[in-house]
Amino acid sequence: MSVIGDYQTKNTLETFGFLPALTQQEVYAQINYMLAQGLTPGIEHEAPENAMDHYWTMWKLPFFGETDLNNVVAELESCRSQYPDHNIRLTGYDNYTQSQGVNFVVFKAQGSTRAW
Amino acid sequence: MAKYDAGVKEYRDLYWAPDYVPLDTDLLACFKVVGQAGVPNEEVAAAVAAESSTGTWSTVWSELLTDLEYYKGRAYRIEDVPGDKDAFYTFIAYPLDLFEEGSVVNVLTSLVGNVFGFKALRSLRLEDIRFPIAYIKTCGGPPAGIQLERDRLNKYGRPLLGATIKPKLGLSAKNYGRSVYECLRGGLDLTKDDENINSQPFMRWRDRWDFVADAIHKAERETGERKGHYLNVTSATPEEMYKRAEYAKELGMPIIMHDFLTGGFTANTGLANWCRDNGMLLHIHRAMHAVIDRNPMHGIHFRVLAKCLRLSGGDQLHTGTVVGKLEGDRQSTLGFVDQLRESFIPEDRSRGIFFDQDWGSMPGVFAVASGGIHVWHMPALLNIFGDDSILQFGGGTQGHPWGNAAGACANRVALEACVKARNEGRDLERESTDILTGAASHSPELAIAMETWKEIKFEFDTVDKLDVK
Repeated sequence: MSVIGDYQTKNTLETFGFLPALTQQEVYAQINYMLAQGLTPGIEHEAPENAMDHYWTMWKLPFFGETDLNNVVAELESCRSQYPDHNIRLTGYDNYTQSQGVNFVVFKAQGSTRAW
Repeated sequence: MAKYDAGVKEYRDLYWAPDYVPLDTDLLACFKVVGQAGVPNEEVAAAVAAESSTGTWSTVWSELLTDLEYYKGRAYRIEDVPGDKDAFYTFIAYPLDLFEEGSVVNVLTSLVGNVFGFKALRSLRLEDIRFPIAYIKTCGGPPAGIQLERDRLNKYGRPLLGATIKPKLGLSAKNYGRSVYECLRGGLDLTKDDENINSQPFMRWRDRWDFVADAIHKAERETGERKGHYLNVTSATPEEMYKRAEYAKELGMPIIMHDFLTGGFTANTGLANWCRDNGMLLHIHRAMHAVIDRNPMHGIHFRVLAKCLRLSGGDQLHTGTVVGKLEGDRQSTLGFVDQLRESFIPEDRSRGIFFDQDWGSMPGVFAVASGGIHVWHMPALLNIFGDDSILQFGGGTQGHPWGNAAGACANRVALEACVKARNEGRDLERESTDILTGAASHSPELAIAMETWKEIKFEFDTVDKLDVK
């Protein structure tokens, strides 16, 4: 029997998709990093079959001027309870580079293990 | 009006101008020079200014038909080179109108043309150019740039991950596509044609395009991530390059590739324009650069070639890795990485930057670190290059005992663990072993990669060091 392992392709959905599901504390740390960098948090959700679309549906508006971790967490929870069948990602808008300094899926659609 | 006076004058009478205050519109250059014995430095500096601008060895009558004071380059400063008693730096100011708009070709033809073979010099090296913003605004620059590239590829908050497909020569198109697919499904964002791969008998370009496109589409479907492969369109003629580029576009591919020094700046600028017009990204390889830039006394420093490439156009440029198998001093590399990515870079001799450089709104170029790197280097690479970089592990992916997909996964796990740790405020270089070991505890692919490459280091002294006190 070969010692070579069988690598199974995973649906990873970009950044942090190769790490084990982040714990609640680990997600908090990433949100704190985003806030410390002066990025504007935003939340997006979308049905798994549309994951490759550039635009996922925005949850409300980006939270301009938000500095409180707890408010961001509450919005994430609220989005998840509304859209349990959707993938939900957190974005950090950088208005200087007009890019996103942070972007990762926090909750995978229900049935997946990726959630705190 | 002066009378025509045939004969040979001292260069310094016309081209040495220590009181000259450079204009904001002047193009400034810094050369490291060693003159022939017995020739005063001012005369040597003036000769460089003359021979790289309006001068020739003899006075000619037709000079009097124009206003050479308006057109001539001026040596306006000389400085000692720290640690070298023979060499000195000369700073030369060139009026903007000496150069055709939007043509780094024209700039280089003057600045590194005949003057480099000039007998009065023992050696000459172009260290840096300050391009005035007025000139930069005439150049097209990167077809997309970092920001647009991230948006097209949906990659945020981390460096991109790539690999050059190996073996670099000899695979059939279908086997090559297999290698691409395995890398991409395993977690790489991008794979790359080796620079030597054009369209050889063992694999013609069109067949490679077809199989690679299939690999990319399948990997995207399965991973839910965007993928790409740098299809190397470098070939014998521009016409052939455009033909290959068109077919890449037809297949829906996001990126093509060019070797800017062997292909040449004219070809590169044309291809960059094509990419901008056709929504295609352009990856730039730099074969032949070490011939030009490695000798610290003669040639052109890579920071100049990098600046010229940003003007000519490219979305990603190889910069060396600092830590891998190829030459590259850390401070010097950081200096030209800044020139690729930032919009304003102040003079900083500790990084080999001789002038303030304002890039205005010109888009940035991703720095590509490639060559002899593996998972153990990941924390240092992230620290050195930051997010706006592409880290390419060729052997470090495809040399994994389980194959490309597992090798790619190992690199991706390591990269993401490092990004996460950095964001958590951990010290990447001091805690590198902890971070990687922790990540390997949930990734057998990474654990095996760490075991495979744990002893491999490339620690040789740098040949081209910065001149510092």
